[in-house]
Amino acid sequence: MTGRMSMMRGALLGLILGALPAASFFASAVSAAELRGTGDLGIVVERAAGRVMVVENSHRRTLASVEGLGDLSHASAVFSRDARYAFVFGRDGGLSKVDLLTATVVKRVQQAGNSIGGAISEDGRLVAVANYEPGGVRVFDADSLDPVADIPAEYGPAGEAGAARPRSKVVGLEDAPGNRFVFSLYDAGEIWIADLSDPAAPAVRKFTGIGRQPYDALVTPDGRHYIAGLFGEDGLAVLDLWNPDKGVRRVLDGYGRGEQPLPVYKMPHLEGWGFADGKVFLPAIGRHEVLVVDATTWQEVGRIAVAGQPVFVMARPDGRQIWVNFALPDNHLVQVLDVPSLAVAATLTPGKGVLHMEFTPRGEQVWVSVRDLDTVRIYDTGSLREVSTLPADKPSGIFFTARAHRIGL
Amino acid sequence: MRSRLPLLAGAVVLLAAAVQAGEPPPSPDPSRPEMSAARRAELGRMLVHDCGSCHGLTMKGGLGAPLLPEGLAGKDPDALAQLVLEGIAGTPMPPWAPLLSRDEARWMIDQLREGRLREGRLREGKRE
Repeated sequence: MTGRMSMMRGALLGLILGALPAASFFASAVSAAELRGTGDLGIVVERAAGRVMVVENSHRRTLASVEGLGDLSHASAVFSRDARYAFVFGRDGGLSKVDLLTATVVKRVQQAGNSIGGAISEDGRLVAVANYEPGGVRVFDADSLDPVADIPAEYGPAGEAGAARPRSKVVGLEDAPGNRFVFSLYDAGEIWIADLSDPAAPAVRKFTGIGRQPYDALVTPDGRHYIAGLFGEDGLAVLDLWNPDKGVRRVLDGYGRGEQPLPVYKMPHLEGWGFADGKVFLPAIGRHEVLVVDATTWQEVGRIAVAGQPVFVMARPDGRQIWVNFALPDNHLVQVLDVPSLAVAATLTPGKGVLHMEFTPRGEQVWVSVRDLDTVRIYDTGSLREVSTLPADKPSGIFFTARAHRIGL
Repeated sequence: MRSRLPLLAGAVVLLAAAVQAGEPPPSPDPSRPEMSAARRAELGRMLVHDCGSCHGLTMKGGLGAPLLPEGLAGKDPDALAQLVLEGIAGTPMPPWAPLLSRDEARWMIDQLREGRLREGRLREGKRE
């Protein structure tokens, strides 16, 4: 710690000496020696290259690239509470801790064979990863990435003596208040709450029979409700984390009303802010609809017909707009929904392979990754005009450090 | 040059048919004349990125099963192509028939069987 402090002092001194011509300082690219905050930084995943770009959203520019992060298909990231480090979760089970200021990988562990994202605890001390292989959750110390806890997702009745119980793929791993992690077991149809108040001895509470094939989940911005989407049936499972004794309830049950669903070419993603004006906006599975639920009564209050099967349904941080992207064959489009009128306000055509969207912290701009054009497009959310583009190699997830201070992201 | 192409294509089809009559079946020809280079690039990209969303960019598996050559070696490629077209009911594997022809599905299976995705050889649909 002392060493780090003296390093920082040294850097600061170097900065003061080096920055005398102030203009040249501001014009220079970021370096380890440049003193700066991280509140306007983020990463863009270049998934085929196994690399992330470190970006800055104040001036809409790329600062650096960080390589060697493995298979980044479906990669996601969370941030340390000081918003300096990104924890990048790779498909191949790699967990990488990236320093945004020095643009280096400070630590990397190969913690499983196959993974699907993770979360950081509310106190910032623990990073948890959802694993497909071996099915379960592994928890690491956020500083050192040393293993802290292992929670195998075993389910079903105990087999014969010595026979191992099956392990489920884990999805929808979210942080919740109380240093809890909440996640779903895809193969088992269960939701588990793991309380890591004592990291060495996680207390796990299991909810069984929550519905078939939960595929992803979200925690509402207030940290109160955990919502798992079900692939195997029309409906969602909701757990009130203030009242877990009440168990899991089903909402939007049978929203397809027996209609034949369309083929699903890309699983929707729930983790985002589909929460606005007291309502939750959710992607329907196998239909061209965004479902709208009252967040108090959990009754359906509307449906919005959209251009394709929604993948991400994300509210602008102020909740005035919802931005939606789509699965194949409509993945060249983005639609903007008007929240008060529950109507489509605009249809944009960023290009083929729109994979993700990320709002700036207050939402005046949104960054959109367009995989097949190797481009990130940046829109002004007021005028809906494109204000800039950045080149990127097959960009997918975009994550800004504002997530560090949000529950469930 | 242009006028000769259909003839050449016809010859390849005939040749393929002739070989098909006997055993063993022909090794698939990735340069089937009916599929343009642009379409192949598109299919390669689809294979890596859209199939890869569930099966992993390196096809080592994810929500979907691994699609590595060793796992596919003993399986009938036409049956695999059929599976791609029909999907697997009750799982997230969708029927791709609305987006792919039979030949295209078979071409994708061949890429997987031959391990062309390994080490990024087919990355972004670019061929060696």
